[in-house]
Amino acid sequence: MLVSAAGAAAGHSASFPVLSALVLVPVLGSLLVALLSDRRPEWVKLSAVLSSVVTAGMSIWLLASFSTHEGGFQFVSRHDWVEAWGISWHLGVDGISLFLVVLTGILFPLVIVGIDPHHDEKRYLAWLLLLEAGVMGSFLSLDLFLFFIFFEIVLVPMYFLIGGWGYDKRVYAATKFFLYTMFGSAFMLVGIIATAALARRDIGYFTFDLVTIAEQSSFAVSTGRWLFLSFAVAFAVKVPLFPLHTWLPDAHTQAPTGGSVILAGVLLKLGTYGFLRFGLYLFPEAAVWAKPLFLTLATIGIIWGAVAATMQTDLKRLVAYSSVAHLGFIVLGTFAITSQSLTGSVAQMVNHGVSTGALFLLVGMIYERRHTRAIAELRGIQSVAPVFAAAFMVVMLSSIGVPGLNGFVGEFLVLIGSFETARWWTVVAASGVILAALYLLWAYQRVFHGEPDEANSTFREMTLREGALMLCFIGLIGFTGIYPKPMLERIEPSVDRLIEHVEKHSDHRAPEHASDHGKEEE
Amino acid sequence: MNNFLAFTGPDLAFTDVLPLLIWLGTVCAVLLLGSLVPRWPRGTWAVVTAASSVAVVIQQLFKWRDIGREGTEAAFADVVSVDRFSVFGTIIVAVALGLVALVTHDHLTREGNDGPELYALFITAAMGAQIMLSANDLIVLFLGLETLSLSLYVLVASNRRREQSQEAGIKYFVLGGFASAFFLYGIALIYGASGSTNLTEIMGTFDTTFSIERADALLLVGIGLLLVGLAFKVSAVPFHVWTPDVYEGAPSPVTAFMASAGKVAAFTALLRVLATALERRVDDWRPVVWLLAVASVFVGSVLAVVQTNVKRMLAFSSVTHAGFILVGVEAAAHTGSNGMASSMTYLLLYTVLVIGSFTVVFVVAGKGDGATSLEDFRGLARRRPALALGFTALLLAQAGVPFTGGFVAKFGVIKSAVEARSYALAVAAMVAAVIGAFLYLRIMVSMWLEDPADDGSPAVPRLAGAVIVSTVAFTLFVGFFPGWLLDAAELISVYRVGAAG
Repeated sequence: MLVSAAGAAAGHSASFPVLSALVLVPVLGSLLVALLSDRRPEWVKLSAVLSSVVTAGMSIWLLASFSTHEGGFQFVSRHDWVEAWGISWHLGVDGISLFLVVLTGILFPLVIVGIDPHHDEKRYLAWLLLLEAGVMGSFLSLDLFLFFIFFEIVLVPMYFLIGGWGYDKRVYAATKFFLYTMFGSAFMLVGIIATAALARRDIGYFTFDLVTIAEQSSFAVSTGRWLFLSFAVAFAVKVPLFPLHTWLPDAHTQAPTGGSVILAGVLLKLGTYGFLRFGLYLFPEAAVWAKPLFLTLATIGIIWGAVAATMQTDLKRLVAYSSVAHLGFIVLGTFAITSQSLTGSVAQMVNHGVSTGALFLLVGMIYERRHTRAIAELRGIQSVAPVFAAAFMVVMLSSIGVPGLNGFVGEFLVLIGSFETARWWTVVAASGVILAALYLLWAYQRVFHGEPDEANSTFREMTLREGALMLCFIGLIGFTGIYPKPMLERIEPSVDRLIEHVEKHSDHRAPEHASDHGKEEE
Repeated sequence: MNNFLAFTGPDLAFTDVLPLLIWLGTVCAVLLLGSLVPRWPRGTWAVVTAASSVAVVIQQLFKWRDIGREGTEAAFADVVSVDRFSVFGTIIVAVALGLVALVTHDHLTREGNDGPELYALFITAAMGAQIMLSANDLIVLFLGLETLSLSLYVLVASNRRREQSQEAGIKYFVLGGFASAFFLYGIALIYGASGSTNLTEIMGTFDTTFSIERADALLLVGIGLLLVGLAFKVSAVPFHVWTPDVYEGAPSPVTAFMASAGKVAAFTALLRVLATALERRVDDWRPVVWLLAVASVFVGSVLAVVQTNVKRMLAFSSVTHAGFILVGVEAAAHTGSNGMASSMTYLLLYTVLVIGSFTVVFVVAGKGDGATSLEDFRGLARRRPALALGFTALLLAQAGVPFTGGFVAKFGVIKSAVEARSYALAVAAMVAAVIGAFLYLRIMVSMWLEDPADDGSPAVPRLAGAVIVSTVAFTLFVGFFPGWLLDAAELISVYRVGAAG
């Protein structure tokens, strides 16, 4: 069997296939939940919690045993699946995907334990676990075909979660979400097949293996650009990038709280992760060529999202638009292609997942209590529920990017790194940070300050369960904000490796990319 | 003299047409015994029909192995080709016949009927399909086409208590007659241009890719008319207008059979004619197939979305599927592509999917076979969760969601189109698939997310239930383990004169 260059470089061939288990345990959990009887809800819940907690445990174990200064793929597991089409079950993790996997692992048990779906809990949990498997698979796949099917399969549980447990216009929002994303994937599928078919000439056999294709084949300039664009459409819809973002506010607003947390926390990252893993890695020349376009779209997204967020009257929609802005930063960092900006992008993916997930959770709690999300109807909550307000404050500040909290780390690195290679875009984007402070603080002021009117004066304080849940999020926010080193030093080697790959295949030169990084690795 | 005693029969390889003989015997037995002994236990006919299918499948599996050893050939004075292409097609038709026979039993029971006639007609139709897909001569092909069509006309109109059924029968008969006439005229013109009706001989007359001295106008018009006839049978746009009406009016098991075996026969005939007889005229017919494919995927999926009757939705979705298979046919026009293998794989998977789907429709439609509007599917998940789950799996497969057979099928044709560098066609098909997905979502929304209009839950007859379960199981199995099917499809080859293996 063929052992790819990168696979060999990663010394780990763990005896326990932890990555496959990360995908399969949620699947088994989902099946178990679906097969258990409706009449024993406690068993249903227990098995869902157990399987998600086991997955979380494995992801944390993965984090602990990940070797820090290695840029290649680790824990690689590879088996032939459909030999006729050159498809293999090829999973691996590196610094870029590691924290997204861990985030996925942690977020799901929190959602399962912490948020009630209110009806049909069994089906809800089954879909949720299936979603977890799909997301895990997407982040871990090192085979184009495998990635595509996980990327696609994610749509099905999410569609049913939004459509089945969402708010008033849920069916509309769910359908819009499904069709938008599938539209993007339509191009990607053709792109994936074409990539494999064209790479065959250089490789000598038909394969969908990401590492083999990226390392061993080179596409003609215009071919590579077309292929890159076909992938980029799918990722741009998923991120979502301006002007393909219109499904996001609808999906977020109509999704149940758990769905929103997952959507913002990990699902959107499939797009930004895709740009890094497939866009830059497979088509470095084309990515550098498309740089101005994507920097511009990202910058427009940052400003557009911020301005639109300022105008919202619905608290959940406001958070949704703030996501559009934050993801703009990630794309900015991705296409600036410097060591710092890419590291910042990866960190920002994780941090945005934590803080926006927490924000959606808090908005969900407000809705539970008041049955409204309209900012105009909320007032003076701080005086009746001070702990709740404090939690909201911390999470909000992290979302704004205040130093000392996690949001600062990624955003700052992105801006510093991008300034070198994309100066004017960065200058415009930086104003987005100020706008973020504007719309979030303004919203906080309207919702929490002032004298509570009659409806708001009975606002319930945070319960113990909610408090424990928020404590987990705030713990992550604080730890990453104060001590980001463990995170960054695991991300950086992989990012440097990626930049080296880009520099080798294009005329792009990352200015601050010190050569000693490269030497360290050799 | 002793001529009479010295008579020796022609040396005919009857084993090469064994499927036909098995089915012919079954038809005779079913009709004869049915009229001699009026009271047979319920279900006898269905069991006999299904058993004949099983026998054919087993025989064909042996044939598959033998062809691997002995190579392809043509029998009966070169009019019947013996190759893995026809074996694969015959297996699909036999599977379709077996599944449909089981559903037909439940259909007749529910309507308070019984009797061997419908089964005999189904088997005759299957024989017609088998002749079509193994014919190596245009005249024989036409015979098969007519056998299939005539049986189908009667089957469509077989529900005499339902007016739409009669109407559908007439419509299909009149339009189908036209299509057959086009087809026959096409044969005549091709004969005029090439001097033969035998596919391999026709191929031999085109010794070069370009030949201007020959009667090219005759040939081109002939190819065109032939394509019209077959495009009608596969319901490719713009020859699809009969599809929704006939599919809606026909009894659900008949619809399932038309959409599966009928399409398989027409597509295999199309592939064989294009890939053998007209192989060297690929530049003439490829653009036509390209246009048919693009028109079918788009028109099919767009029109499917605006329907309010599930049967009509599935009818238009079958037009889209025909377009997808045409994408594979178009890819087969390019040398070195595996368009033929992917088209055949698609046909097999689609057959299973479509029979499963129409069986669900049959179950929900209730007595009288009339309740097929989208309203009737509302809240099915509350009333019949298992049925709704099965239908959801089938619909997701039709939409081409991963881990289902439908995805394997779609991926296969798109892959062969991309490998043949028909990028525009591949992208068009995928975009149409997204539009089409909206249709399946609509049905799923209706089943899962809307409240039931009434509390009545449709009874699921045992055999129909078994058919649904087995089609869903097969679809998922292929979704996870497609390797064996793809390997088998790679071995498919068509009989050609002088071709090795």
